This record gives sequence, C-alpha cells and structure tokens, in this order.
Amino acid sequence: MEIAGDVTTARDMGLVACTRCTRVWPLGTHKCGRCGHRLHSRDPHAMQRVWAFWAVGLMCYVPANLAPMLRTRTLVSSQENTIVGGAAELAQHGNWGIAMVILVASVLIPVGKFIAIAGLALGLRRPGALGPARRQQLYEVVDYIGRWSMIDVFVVAILSSLVQLGAVASVSPGPASLFFALSVIFTMLSAQSFDSRRIWDIEAVAPPAAPPIPAPPVTKAHPA
Amino acid sequence: MGDLSDLIACPHCDAVYRVAQPAHGERAVCARCHTVLIAPRRRAGEQLIALALAVVVLVITATLAPFLSIDAGGQHNAASVLDAALAFSGSGALALLSLAVAAGIVFIPVTRALLLIYVLTPIVRDRPPAPGAIVAFRLSEALRPWSMAEIFVIGCAVALVKIADLAAVEFGPGFWIFAVLVVLLVVQDNFMCRYSVWKSLET
Ligand SMILES: [Zn+2]
Repeated sequence: MEIAGDVTTARDMGLVACTRCTRVWPLGTHKCGRCGHRLHSRDPHAMQRVWAFWAVGLMCYVPANLAPMLRTRTLVSSQENTIVGGAAELAQHGNWGIAMVILVASVLIPVGKFIAIAGLALGLRRPGALGPARRQQLYEVVDYIGRWSMIDVFVVAILSSLVQLGAVASVSPGPASLFFALSVIFTMLSAQSFDSRRIWDIEAVAPPAAPPIPAPPVTKAHPA
Repeated sequence: MGDLSDLIACPHCDAVYRVAQPAHGERAVCARCHTVLIAPRRRAGEQLIALALAVVVLVITATLAPFLSIDAGGQHNAASVLDAALAFSGSGALALLSLAVAAGIVFIPVTRALLLIYVLTPIVRDRPPAPGAIVAFRLSEALRPWSMAEIFVIGCAVALVKIADLAAVEFGPGFWIFAVLVVLLVVQDNFMCRYSVWKSLET
C-alpha cells in the first residue's frame, strides 16, 4: 500500500486511536471495543508517569555505580568490583572488546537513555534542532535499546552460578546488581509511558512560517 | 465518514489511513513516521504456532540441561539456566532479582509462546476466537519488552571471556539449545503482523 499526500491525524478527525491495536473510535470513547485498551487522544498523565519512572530510575542508577557489582574470592585474594571498576580491570588485562561491551551496556546506554528521555519530554513544548522524524527515531532507539542494559545483570548471574569452585575461586553478586536491574526496569517503564504522538503534535500546531525579517533598506552612502 | 473499521491509525504518530490490505510479503508503512502498520505473510499463523511450540520445548529442555561447565584447579562445576537465575537467591533482597531473571529468560518467553498458541490455533483453523483470546493476546503483547532470552545469551558470551583466564569453560547442550531458541524468538517477532491478529479477533 503506497500512502501519499497530506497526513490527517485521528485527533484532527475527531477520533481517538487505540495505540495497541490501531483501531479508531469516536472521540470520547473510553475503551477500545476491539482490544480493551484504554483510549486517550493524548494521555494527560503520561508525562507525569514518564518523569516519575525517570526519577526513580536515576535514583537507582547512582547506588548501582557506587556499590560493588561482583565479589570475587580466590585462594590468594578477595576483591569487590563496581561496574566501572570491573570494566577497567578487564581493559588492563587486554580484554578491550569485552570492557567496551560492558561500558556501553552499563554506562553509555543508561546515561544516554536518561538524557534522551528528558530531552524528548522537555522538547515537546518547543520545536528544537531536531524535527519530529528525528525525535521519533530517537524514541524508537531508546525504547529498543534499553533492555540490552540487562546484560551486566545476566553476566553477574552467570558468573555467580558458575564460578563456585570451593576454596579455589568463588564469585557472588553485590548489591549493585539489584539497583542496576531496578534502574533498567524503571527507565524501560519511563520510555513506555512516553506518548510518541505528542512528538508529532508540534507539526500540527506550528504557526505558519514567519515572514523573513526584511533587510534594512539600502540607501546611497553620503559622499565623503 | 464511513465505517471506522476501515481506518487505521499509526500508533506512533496518530496519522490515519484507509486500510488497503497489502499482498502477502508486502508492508503498509506510515507515510509520516515509517512505522510498519500491516505486514501480512502467507501461512503466518501456522508458522507462528510451530515456532511457539518449538520455543516451549526448547526453553524447558535448555533450562534443565547443563548449560555451562567450568574447570579450574582440579575443581569442577556445572550450571544450568535455572542455577543462573537462582544465583541471587541466597542473599536477602537480591532474591527479588532471581525472580526477575528467571522471569525474563524462562517464564516470560514460555508464557508468550503458550498465549500465542492459544490465540492463533482457532484462527488458523477458521474457528471463532478462543474464549479470552483478546485478553490473552493483550497479555502476550504487554510481555514482549520483558522477554530477555537473547540478552541472556550475549551475557553468556561476555561472562565466558571474563573468566577465560581463570578457568577452562565448556558449553553444555543447554547453551546450544538456548542459542537456537534466540533465533526462533527473533523470527517469531518479525513474522507476526499484529494488525492481522487483532483484525481476526474482532467480533
Ligand atoms: Zn484497541
């Protein structure tokens, strides 16, 4: 199906769309007659939920980085590693690739997510440097990539169950693993609460382009 | 305005279109934000059911079979997926994390597969939808972001490199079953045309 021409939104047509099953209903319908999803043309409380989950996620992310993620005990030594500390140690041993995977999954993605969600939410009020199409892409990336931060939690789970070698070596999880998992879960909820239709509303309500500011009239310079 | 059931709204940008059913293998895409709206496939229902059955069998086998084993300093240890999920169980509040891990890599993928089988079987056989099929499909869709088996497999690779210096690690059958499973889960997600399923559940 080729779709072309001007876009009309459900709201413009006096309809409300179901974001789960894509059915449209007359504005004022509260529940989708096909899938039972609650209908909101634009959910008035969505942004509050986005910010609430965002804040809790951020609050969990701080201890996740300060507390130990992994406790390793071998015959000769015993040590605790934070997320960044563990990655640094891997890099020291020459495992650059894995150190990068951990840094990307545990630092770059979560921090990027916090910034991106905040930026998208704040940007709803004003057309900024990014157009709606770019913002939509950003939102989809954030929504897709967030789950991948769970990698580090799974690594801790695998190591803690596998490396149980009596006196030789043993690994156990640190409290940071719980905070980190909570942080990932809450940021996922925050991204899910975001109503991406609001990104596109800017297009509809944008005032017509202001006439270009005229250049000052040119007059002949007085002869010196 | 005509019949509202002939219209489809993009869930991401609210643009409304008149439905023109694309041919098998074609996709209808939102002109504004490029979200895929309709993507029917030939015999998608049968294929999805077959995939879902395979997922259930594989998850159960992979969970019980030895997953990874490790040798170091004369000591040997083997862990199953279940052991990995229970790794946090000994330590107080961390026990919650055990539940989350077990859910993400075992319970949620299996639940989604079972729900899909329940929803799709009557549709494929041209019967009326099963009782509660709408609720079942809603639940399956809501669980989608929380199914994390593929992330777990990448986590295994990372974990192995981390301990490669410390010990000799061996992949058990569970690992390979799980790797196959991940491929199936990805295929399952790409095969499903949600619009087609909802349409066939509409009474
Ligand atoms: Zn609906």
